[in-house]
Amino acid sequence: MKKMIFILSAVIIGGLTCGLLDVPHPFGDPGVVPMDEHFLGQALKDLSTENVVTSIVFDYRGFDTIGEAAVLFTAICSVTALFREGRKKS
Amino acid sequence: MKPLSLIVRTGCNLFAWFMLVFGVNVVVHGYASPGGGFQGGAIVATFIAFLLVSYGGEKIHSWVNEKIYDLILEETGLLLFITLAFMGLPTSFFYNFFTIPWEAYQQTGRLFPQGTTAIMSIAVGIEVAGALSMVILSMFKGIRLVSDRQIEEEPGHDR
Repeated sequence: MKKMIFILSAVIIGGLTCGLLDVPHPFGDPGVVPMDEHFLGQALKDLSTENVVTSIVFDYRGFDTIGEAAVLFTAICSVTALFREGRKKS
Repeated sequence: MKPLSLIVRTGCNLFAWFMLVFGVNVVVHGYASPGGGFQGGAIVATFIAFLLVSYGGEKIHSWVNEKIYDLILEETGLLLFITLAFMGLPTSFFYNFFTIPWEAYQQTGRLFPQGTTAIMSIAVGIEVAGALSMVILSMFKGIRLVSDRQIEEEPGHDR
């Protein structure tokens, strides 16, 4: 049973990898992508910021930054719980 | 842990405050300069690592109140960030609600024409500064708990 699952997953992963080789666009040429042109053009009009990176990090992709802050907060909670004051062994 | 030698402590006295001021500068100007809130907060957290390495754990732990880093800095920054994100909620989450157009800014010269992105950058800087300082302080305390008191000389120290 385990061997069957292993063979099945190997076939699926191999098939997906072979399918990945048939890329939809040539390497180094992403084709028509309207998003980056929109961000570069509209950042000064939408947010009146000189720094496009700030506008993307804190406004267009704000959910990413809020997840980052949540990850940091979870790390602090776990580190404080792990290294808290404990009893001496003796 | 024992403090390092007099030369290292004098160098720390000289340079630690410059590092703190530089980190605050990067945080405050993070919205318009290369850099930003996260990186500036990491520089501010370097200050407490500098003091811990040169002065040793016992002195710094008697001097520092950890609630400042944990409650005041970290959670204030996170709450300010999430509150600003929720305040744009009548339109959408993360809506930039008090930005003004660039032409109007050039006539009025208002502070923070970028709206919420500038204040969010500063809030993230405050949060990261408190969080990384808290990590360094509590990990150093964990090292002190494990090490025995009988060892007088640390092998890595220079006296």
